[in-house]
Amino acid sequence: MAKIKIRNEIHFILNGRDVVLSSVAPDATLLDWLRLDRSLRGTKEGCAEGDCGACTVLVGKLSAAGLVYESVNACIRFLGSLDGAHVVTVEHLRGQPGQLHPVQQAMVDFHGSQCGFCTPGFVMSLYGLWMRSLEPSDAAIEKALQGNLCRCTGYEAIVRAAHAISSYGKAAKDPLAAERKAITARLEALRDGARVEIGSAEARLIVPANVDDFANVLEQEPGATIVAGSTDVGLWVTKHMRDISPAVFIGNLDGLCTIAEDKGVISIGAGVTYTEAFSTLSKRIPALGPLFDRIGGEQVRNMGTIGGNIANGSPIGDTPPPLIALGARLTLRKGKKRRTIPLETFFIAYGKQDRQPGEFVEAVHVPVPAKGEKFAVYKITKRRDEDITAALGAFLLTLAKDGTVADVRIAYGGMAATPKRASFVERALLGKPWTEETVETAMAQYARDFTPLTDMRASAEYRALAAKNLLLRFFVETSGTRAPFQVSRNEAA
Amino acid sequence: MNKHATSNLKAEKIVGGVATDQRHDSAHKHVSGTAVYIDDMPEPAGTLHGCLGLSAAAHATITRMDLSAVRAASGVVDVLTAKDVPGENDISPTGRHDEPVLADGKVEFFGQPIFCVIAETREQARRATRLAKVEYKELPFVTDIGGLDPRKDKLVTPPLTLKRGDAAAAIKAAPRRLKGKMRVGGQEHFYLEGHIAMAVPGEDQDVTIYSSTQHPSEVQHMVSHALGIPSNAITVEIRRMGGGFGGKETQGNQFAALAAIAAKKHHRAVKIRPDRDDDMIATGKRHDFLVDYEVGFDDEGNILGVDFMFAARCGFSSDLSGPVTDRALFHCDNTYFWPAVHAQSAPLYTNTVSNTAFRGFGGPQGMVGAERVIDEVAFAVGKDPLEIRKKNFYGTSDRNITPYHQTVEDNIIQRIVTELEESACYARRRREISAFNANSRFVKRGLALTPVKFGISFTATHYNQAGALVHVYTDGSVHLNHGGTEMGQGLYLKVAQVVAEEFQIDLDQVKITATTTGKVPNTSATAASSGSDLNGMAAQNGARQIKDRLTDFAAEKYQVPRDQVLFLPNRVRIGNQEIAFADLVKQAYMARIQLSAAGFYKTPKIHWNRDKGEGRPFYYFAYGASCSEVSVDTLTGEYVVERTDILHETGRSLNRAIDLGQIEGGFIQGMGWLTTEELWWDDKGRLRTHAPSTYKIPLASDRPKIFNVTLADWPEASEPTIHRSKAVGEPPFPLGMSVLHALSDAVASVADHRICPRLDAPATPERVLMAIERLKGEAKA
Repeated sequence: MAKIKIRNEIHFILNGRDVVLSSVAPDATLLDWLRLDRSLRGTKEGCAEGDCGACTVLVGKLSAAGLVYESVNACIRFLGSLDGAHVVTVEHLRGQPGQLHPVQQAMVDFHGSQCGFCTPGFVMSLYGLWMRSLEPSDAAIEKALQGNLCRCTGYEAIVRAAHAISSYGKAAKDPLAAERKAITARLEALRDGARVEIGSAEARLIVPANVDDFANVLEQEPGATIVAGSTDVGLWVTKHMRDISPAVFIGNLDGLCTIAEDKGVISIGAGVTYTEAFSTLSKRIPALGPLFDRIGGEQVRNMGTIGGNIANGSPIGDTPPPLIALGARLTLRKGKKRRTIPLETFFIAYGKQDRQPGEFVEAVHVPVPAKGEKFAVYKITKRRDEDITAALGAFLLTLAKDGTVADVRIAYGGMAATPKRASFVERALLGKPWTEETVETAMAQYARDFTPLTDMRASAEYRALAAKNLLLRFFVETSGTRAPFQVSRNEAA
Repeated sequence: MNKHATSNLKAEKIVGGVATDQRHDSAHKHVSGTAVYIDDMPEPAGTLHGCLGLSAAAHATITRMDLSAVRAASGVVDVLTAKDVPGENDISPTGRHDEPVLADGKVEFFGQPIFCVIAETREQARRATRLAKVEYKELPFVTDIGGLDPRKDKLVTPPLTLKRGDAAAAIKAAPRRLKGKMRVGGQEHFYLEGHIAMAVPGEDQDVTIYSSTQHPSEVQHMVSHALGIPSNAITVEIRRMGGGFGGKETQGNQFAALAAIAAKKHHRAVKIRPDRDDDMIATGKRHDFLVDYEVGFDDEGNILGVDFMFAARCGFSSDLSGPVTDRALFHCDNTYFWPAVHAQSAPLYTNTVSNTAFRGFGGPQGMVGAERVIDEVAFAVGKDPLEIRKKNFYGTSDRNITPYHQTVEDNIIQRIVTELEESACYARRRREISAFNANSRFVKRGLALTPVKFGISFTATHYNQAGALVHVYTDGSVHLNHGGTEMGQGLYLKVAQVVAEEFQIDLDQVKITATTTGKVPNTSATAASSGSDLNGMAAQNGARQIKDRLTDFAAEKYQVPRDQVLFLPNRVRIGNQEIAFADLVKQAYMARIQLSAAGFYKTPKIHWNRDKGEGRPFYYFAYGASCSEVSVDTLTGEYVVERTDILHETGRSLNRAIDLGQIEGGFIQGMGWLTTEELWWDDKGRLRTHAPSTYKIPLASDRPKIFNVTLADWPEASEPTIHRSKAVGEPPFPLGMSVLHALSDAVASVADHRICPRLDAPATPERVLMAIERLKGEAKA
């Protein structure tokens, strides 16, 4: 293997300027750096956990699709993860000389700000949306704003402003559009194929050069903190002040960011974000589309990875239950050695996964349901969007020609210490006719599969009741009813 | 070139006077990130940072507090404890001496501040805080009021009783009667900008504090007590808050006091900005209530007598719980005439953070109680709740005496509701929903129309005063200052519009300046929806004084009668000639006319005798109504708001664009309170919903799918308020009740509308599903 070049500084572009930093703590956040080191105080801290969006900035990165700008939460984004990126803050927005940017002017004219503290974040989220969609629908606007909290306006004025942006200016005249070629060239010039290593002892960060290099680094540093999207690790720092050194940033490793389908199995690299996976998954496994739309807010989906959602082993991660129901398999890698296991066996107990020191999650392989297989996933939360699961159920059903259940896989999140199959329920369904009577009998088996907890998201009683009702919902959905079987934000009123 | 030179001297109207739609004065700064909040201000060199150390027990004596590791931590300069408070260790805003700056030997809620680390950086202060070793001897504690006796258990402040007529006799004599209980949850403010204070020491005893507060004068007084120095040494300034909602009426005192103590001790600027989680744990919230009610009524649904007990979780100290629970009682009638009524409050002591002001200030909780009574009666007599509502509305010439013996003189609720019923197509949709529900097994629709009447004035009568300071400079530009604070509600803009109107100069000639105790003293909190009523009048008074002097001067100089001096847009007509406003000002200055004035206003007519429960606590009432339709998933309790129609009035609005924003925002905030915003304590007395990841305020996607908001164009204030406008801060908040009642209506459909769902708030999907299960069970039984 060719010797890896080592670089002891990170390179990126902040607004118009090139930035070179040789002294970067592994836990330094982009927000603190902007506000404290650069005195760019337009970007606000509202919650420091990626939930309110007051700190929203855009990060442009080179991908297969070219230069793509995405909204992210600067509060939980580590500086070390920005090597080779273009960071755009509210201070960079401008319109024609002496004028506000169309997004800003629309917000002013439509009374989209009151106290104004959340406003820069909204402006950045709307800017990100406007770059992709000049005439967004209500649904698209709401989706783009799921990660932005406003306590004053009730959002109505902001949505009105979002609809009006294009009447204030042309996308082609937008500074980032005009500078696109130049920025692309500058970012390409930053790609030198080097590994970044900064700091020593208790404050080290490493950005591996590629996946093989990552495998090597992790073998040498089995205790390192692997940071992909930092939507979880970010809070270890901002809320728990945990030490994450040495931190290994893998968010920009091309080799982990691939998503490809082969023989009905979609393989998703561990660095693929929810946003990057969305188009493929929602097309090939349509039931995953609405679920992905309810994971975090847009900023979190732009950062967070499916690999991270699996690897952190949370019992309330939203992707493991559907992937388990679909029969997904997981590839783990240590050095050059790889092994592939059924996803459900990865979750051993609360906080314990089948991952060896020095080993990392490389990819997850998701079979696309065959024709005739019925698949659904339902997430229950206190608030519809940007909320953490109280209970989530995923169902894959295969019916025999005679209408009996030939195969069924049911998995839940939020109901046990790990994402877990509902084995007793499955057994009660297998071989039985797919009827409401069968479903009702099976619903009684939930008590054998799950003993949920009471916490701030839901009581044990509610979890138990709602969880088993989801089986009935699945039955109704699959039995061809035309009446509504669940409430929906986006269907016509 | 001086901008005023470009003012249009031929204009027929000024730009930006009253009753015009103006954009928020800071909007262009909000959107570009240049609006300065306290944490954005340049810090003086050597600024230190504070972090609070919080109690890890709900009720305990501190047996040992070892802070040596904290003091030894990197960057730590000092650790303040109770003994470092040079003056009085108390920040009780009502003078009850029950709220220490830092707990001294005893803690009364999980999260109570017990020490404050001062370090070179905020990060160092936060890290060091965690190194404290505190040992507790735990005492019995109570976090929930469910098990308390409102008549016997400990109160934090004296309760209030309102009565008119003999409620017990009326209920007893009524053809029908029923009783019940309702739980109404609390609410976290979730201002996007958390609490923050930066204290900058001056010479002698002086200290300047930049505090995110709705009540700079109170911060000044509290810091004065805590430092043991006179108020005149303390200046408190605030240009803008990133949201307040009542959460910064008293709750900023702690941070300001500690920053000031450390700043004076170390002769360095000190900033304290708690992390969001600490802010949510250590500062107060909306009071949650348990409402016991008994009502007597007839078969037609006429209510004959009502008895209420409003028990509130106040937390460990009184804070504003007295006036909050009073205001709950003041609103236990909402828009309804109770022929005989008895209502009591019980401000209960609990081992939780001390609850505080929050938009509506207890009023919404009182109104929710009233609406539950209406619902109960409607279900009991088998009629649409809207019919029962209308039947029991206050009259205009009779049936118009409130439980506190004030006559409702300005009642317009009938017309508001009639117009809304029509524009929202209530009757047609009621039929459509019945048909829909008959054919839909799992998804049920619900519809409700709820009214709002909200009393305007501080019930502490002395608070109903305001001051302003108006300077006119020799170039004709105006510097405006007043005691009101800007938290996003557009107060600065509205008051500037009033001053522009008064002088007849364009709005851009009026410079809005930061609120500071050094310019206008002894101010009231910007609260109780009173901001533009009080400060608008005070500023108008200030401007009028100057205008009067200018008029006198012009009449004398140009030898015309006073009534021939007219202030026209950007100019003054004196006899037959017109001169620019700025020119007249210049001439007046040369003639040594004083061009500065302190304006003042106090609300007339109001009085209140708390011991008797009688008086006129409110100058006037504001009215509105909302109609909401929801869809409920009866398998999970999840729901969406399909449509909301609102008709609300703000008298003759000073700025309809700003008022519309207050109404939309108030409704959504009220809806959040009653739906997804849930505060949850665990069995150790820890609040577990202390961040946006666990505490869920509404998102853009929680808005009603169809949202029609109309500002009624016909009402005007019955009293001579500022340009006949009415307050708008709090009154729209309880419009959110229509969502709760629409959910209740949908739940009721599973038992054919025969059983009152008694849906408590917040009506989370869980509460909705559990109510559905209960009704299904009761319907079968």
